[in-house]
Amino acid sequence: MKVTIERANLVKALTHVHRVVERRNTIPILSNVLIRAVGNELRLKATDLDLEVTESIPAVVETAGGTTVPAHMFHDIVRKLPEGAQIELATRADGATLDIRAGRSRFSLQMLPESDFPDLTAGAFTHTFQVPAAQLKRLIDRTQFAISTEETRYYLNGIFFHAVEAGSDLKFRAVATDGHRLAQADVVAPHGCEGMPGIIVPRKTVGEVQKLIENPDASVTMEVSDSKIRLTFGEVVLTSKLIDGTFPDYGRVIPQGNDKELKVDRDEFSAAVDRVSTVSSERGRAVKLALSEGKLVLSVNNPDSGSATEELAVDYDQDPIDIGFNSRYLMDIASQLETGTAVFRLADAGAPTLISDIGETGALYVLMPMRV
Amino acid sequence: MPSGADPSHITGPFCRDCLTPATAPRCRACGSPRLLKHPQLHELAIAHVDCDAFYASVEKRDDPSLADKPVIVGGGKRGVVSTCCYIARIHGVRSAMPMFKALAACPDAVVIRPDMEKYGRVGREVRRLMLELTPQVEPLSIDEAFMDLTGTEALHRASPAVSLARFARRVECEIGITLSVGLSGNKFLAKIASDLEKPRGFSVIAPSEAMDFLRDRPVSFIWGVGKATQAQLEREGIRTCGQLQTADEAQLMRRYGVLGRRLARLSRGIDDRVVEPDRETKSISAETTFDADISDFPTLEKTLYSLSEKVSGRLKKEGVGGRIVTLKLKTPDFRQLTRARQIGDPTQLADRIRRAAIDLLRREIDGRRFRLIGVGVSDLEPAERCDPPDLVDRDAEKRAKAERAMDQLRGKFGGRAVELGIAYRPDVTEEATPQRDRPMPQRRDNADKPVGGRR
Repeated sequence: MKVTIERANLVKALTHVHRVVERRNTIPILSNVLIRAVGNELRLKATDLDLEVTESIPAVVETAGGTTVPAHMFHDIVRKLPEGAQIELATRADGATLDIRAGRSRFSLQMLPESDFPDLTAGAFTHTFQVPAAQLKRLIDRTQFAISTEETRYYLNGIFFHAVEAGSDLKFRAVATDGHRLAQADVVAPHGCEGMPGIIVPRKTVGEVQKLIENPDASVTMEVSDSKIRLTFGEVVLTSKLIDGTFPDYGRVIPQGNDKELKVDRDEFSAAVDRVSTVSSERGRAVKLALSEGKLVLSVNNPDSGSATEELAVDYDQDPIDIGFNSRYLMDIASQLETGTAVFRLADAGAPTLISDIGETGALYVLMPMRV
Repeated sequence: MPSGADPSHITGPFCRDCLTPATAPRCRACGSPRLLKHPQLHELAIAHVDCDAFYASVEKRDDPSLADKPVIVGGGKRGVVSTCCYIARIHGVRSAMPMFKALAACPDAVVIRPDMEKYGRVGREVRRLMLELTPQVEPLSIDEAFMDLTGTEALHRASPAVSLARFARRVECEIGITLSVGLSGNKFLAKIASDLEKPRGFSVIAPSEAMDFLRDRPVSFIWGVGKATQAQLEREGIRTCGQLQTADEAQLMRRYGVLGRRLARLSRGIDDRVVEPDRETKSISAETTFDADISDFPTLEKTLYSLSEKVSGRLKKEGVGGRIVTLKLKTPDFRQLTRARQIGDPTQLADRIRRAAIDLLRREIDGRRFRLIGVGVSDLEPAERCDPPDLVDRDAEKRAKAERAMDQLRGKFGGRAVELGIAYRPDVTEEATPQRDRPMPQRRDNADKPVGGRR
């Protein structure tokens, strides 16, 4: 293989694909990125066996061929080469070394054979549709924080995407929960997603998709089967396994009859929670919300260090109620809200509370209270 | 045994049996040769107290016919020696030795299954007598503890050395077992001292003589130096504490980091750790050794049910729960492997401990045989923070309620009043299910009741 590429193109592509490669690998080939020169392009591919990212960039191909080299080191080398450099990649005749030349810099990297590189066979996809990148990004942004990290509940370690009928409309919905909080976000269903299976997209894949959305005005092609998903962002193609499990019936979790409504300025609320939680201990992050007519008193009491209270003027006219929440979870949710006012719908101190924007934004959050 | 004179007058050597001043090779009052003599005897206040062959001593106390027989306390035909009496030790039996080896060395030994509840009771009696001397008692296990007797002279009208000798005598008379005392100025030296004269020993090492005392001892004498460190030091030609004494502390730290500092200081007998009475429990665990090595999942799984219940019971009793569940397995060649899993919220429920442990076990099942399995819970937190209600796992609350109801029944009617059905599932024996036919473990099921979602 012998090929010449512009540094900017190679950096961009390696930045996209190298993130998939785990820093520590027991299988050596998984530390490598596959590069293959064909026609007038260079194709790159990286995988962790669950997730695969490929990208093609324009290149001047003198001799076609392919090999694999350590992904992070290759990325670092290319990244440090001067801007505007023309990079020449050439495999030596011994089949063991790749020479990298740019200007006066010379590197040689050990290769592993291309034939050892694993392939994430995608199989046939049953549903294909186009989603505006901005909408996909919104679905992820709103729900990602609630993904569970508990391995025992592996079926919560991702975002649940599915098509759902809401009235006469069809929505494309993302849901994530860790048992303490739940986040749900909707966008108008893209044409072609009707009848798609509900899929759980793993946390790592979700994070990569989010980073790969660079242009919000573009559109992303989504292909789905019941075990894999493929997303195409122009020249970049991401293929991932799905979590093989059943997402719980989250509909039962979303409270319907909570009648105590509180409206509070989102930023004031978030800042006040942040302030009072300063005295909370690392572990017990409970903040108490004492609600009475027109008034919300936030307080934290930490027997080891001290206490804090703060009073906020709020829109509330129901019976007084005391309820506790994890302060970090409150701030996480507040930062997701899109309108300046947060609406809480409460039932009692032990029941899940519904939090949303004022008006209809297609996103809602459920938070489990804590004992205080 | 004479009652002894007022011990507050003792300022020099004294007799451990009658607590009177004594100078001759034998006590003039009672004729005992057990005299305590040391220039700094009455200035030292940190002690390490260790019961002699504790389990075996308790068994001998309760059955006088065992008095002159070799006694081994340990589990089953497969287990290991927990403790053996001094007669058995003469024959070469050691604790942690596999039972078959012990019985080969000492075929006449009387083997007794450990009765942990009884030992716990006796251990607590000893602890109570310790606490009469000082509140500064740091238990290391059921039968040994560090004690700091600094400032107790006025209260007991006796120096720490005399108080300890009196305590040892009381334990012998009132509880009926013997123990050994090590007295020094710090924990490290006290622990070494208690081991010097076992059984019924009382040894004194003053910090000022530590350098001489340690000079020719192997590096393994130092607390924290195990096989690996010993081998590492050996490679660099360091075998004795004396070699470490001559090395520069900064030099050792540069080479070995934090351990280097410990090597430098402990080899010189310097140890500034204080006696901590309420060192927190860090983890709670239970394990069992099988009569035959086991490789099949259902049998191992079933064992995890009872172990998880045991651990959960202890967590509940202590009012704590933990967020890390650890599975421990030992292969027939005694190699140990542990696998840990962090769970979202701390738990004290057998159900959650078991689920995590079984999940960890499932990944290890590949035909390998195991001789031991254990479960532990660590990263402990108070019970109030444990097992908060969950949004999606509604059944968790039901299971928790069922478990608490079972706990109540057990509290009322005894430990085996209620058991899970799985406890009655017959074991799958190795012969009944040859390896090639054994079904693969089932794919894990969701804990949450699925309703919506995929197909």
